[in-house]
Amino acid sequence: MNMNVAPGRVEAETRNVRLIADCDIHPTPNTTRDLYPWLDQRWRTHIETFGALRRQGVQQGPAYPKSQPDAARRDAWPEGGRPGSRLDFMQKQHLDANRVALGVLTTISPHPGAYQNPEMSAAFCRAVNEWQKAEWTAKDTRLKGSILVPYEHGDLAAAEIAHWAGDEDFVQILLLSRTVEPMGQRRYWPLYQAAQEAKLPIGVHAFGNGAHPITSSGWPSFYIEEMTGHAQTCQSQITSLVLEGVFERFPGLRIVVIEGGFAWLPPLAWRLDTHWTKLRAETPHLKRKPSEYIRDHVWITTQPMEEPQSRQHILDIFEWIGWDRLLFASDYPHWDFDDPARCLPIAISEDQAQRFFLDNALKLYGVDPAKAAAATLAA
Amino acid sequence: MTRHIVCAARDLPPGARKLVHLEGRPILVLNVKGEFHALLNICPHQGASLAGGILTGLVESGEPGDYRYSREGEILRCPWHGWEFDVKTGKSWCKPSRIRLKDYPVAVESGGALVEGPYVAETFPVSIDDDYVVVEVATARVAERGAAGG
Ligand code: FES
Repeated sequence: MNMNVAPGRVEAETRNVRLIADCDIHPTPNTTRDLYPWLDQRWRTHIETFGALRRQGVQQGPAYPKSQPDAARRDAWPEGGRPGSRLDFMQKQHLDANRVALGVLTTISPHPGAYQNPEMSAAFCRAVNEWQKAEWTAKDTRLKGSILVPYEHGDLAAAEIAHWAGDEDFVQILLLSRTVEPMGQRRYWPLYQAAQEAKLPIGVHAFGNGAHPITSSGWPSFYIEEMTGHAQTCQSQITSLVLEGVFERFPGLRIVVIEGGFAWLPPLAWRLDTHWTKLRAETPHLKRKPSEYIRDHVWITTQPMEEPQSRQHILDIFEWIGWDRLLFASDYPHWDFDDPARCLPIAISEDQAQRFFLDNALKLYGVDPAKAAAATLAA
Repeated sequence: MTRHIVCAARDLPPGARKLVHLEGRPILVLNVKGEFHALLNICPHQGASLAGGILTGLVESGEPGDYRYSREGEILRCPWHGWEFDVKTGKSWCKPSRIRLKDYPVAVESGGALVEGPYVAETFPVSIDDDYVVVEVATARVAERGAAGG
């Protein structure tokens, strides 16, 4: 029998073999004060004096912690800061280790887009956008920002999009999924018009406060119900976008469903098609079956991935949605993170993997593959 | 089988843990209330390093509205998605029969007993008055991967 003295150190390993695009990475300012360089004194004073009014229903406020402190992986806390607050830590733990060639930033805390005060909402969205550029995308060219917009105020949102249009540091517009009205309603159309003109997809990320209960049947008791409830929010948003004729009116519009799950998408499309054959006369502005609009206009990010008993079921769903519509997302640094090296329950072909992990995102977000590869090498 | 000295027992007091690499495998050694346990440090779900997880207790219930908290400090919660593992058995709480962490035999042996053994590694920091935590691992060249869970 041999006896060895155990070494205490474990080397960091590169967990992934291929270059990937990660379409849901959450940077976070440590505090609101981090945004002050990009806020007029008027708004600094305002937030310290009055705070930010959110559309929040009959509850105290958003629940935290969600499963883990700050809803984050326990190993994702940089020294002296919140998870997602320090670029160097994110680079080491995630971007480098997982070979991220394109990282799409989705700032959701804060996402001031639904603040009740329209001008305040616009000012804070602008500040977060400037902060993304100064602190993230300018410092690491693998990262691209999402434009936060005051999405409850269509004209202000359109103005924010127009302000950033053409800036290569930003690759999409970001909304939260719980809006005040279903997303197909006309109050949001100026936003869609501006997105189409700027040729930017619209990411719809789970969460937000639309003043309504977080499930369609009221306030639940458990966080797990909120997690599951994101699927119903996303379903009603896609239903609304299709049936209100948004995709008919804005044929260039592309919607990315982020963190809402996706296994519900095929049955939603089947149900809509079935109803449409009988109820078509109610919405004569629709020229095609609802499922066709969905296939043409909707992309999905795959985190959190449903984990069925039969792993084959996930593949069947991927097939229906289409290998050109799937975007890998990790949700780093949040607790329900998907590891690119381990998230797929079953082997897929090299071609499928290439599209799933990288090519679809580069194409959707208009990022040149050569530039993405160069950014990775430079990092 | 190879036995590895992890550290002096007094350097791993109750509640403490130590991550080591033995035979190419990351192994987490924990002292839970004076008992030592060694577990493969790869979460069977998506591979997180469990070393960063908290040791917590178990919430159980016979029926809605009735809750018991027990086994404080004996449940290791994965730092990523929160799967719970029983430190004593390596079994997961959600699917104990299918998903478990590999566990390794651990013993506490006196320095005196260790130096008497025939194949003592040269680097063994002998101070024969102390007790040492010793983990036994099958000799292997290739690191083990945790099984994919679902
Ligand atoms: S990796 Fe441990 S619970 Fe998912």
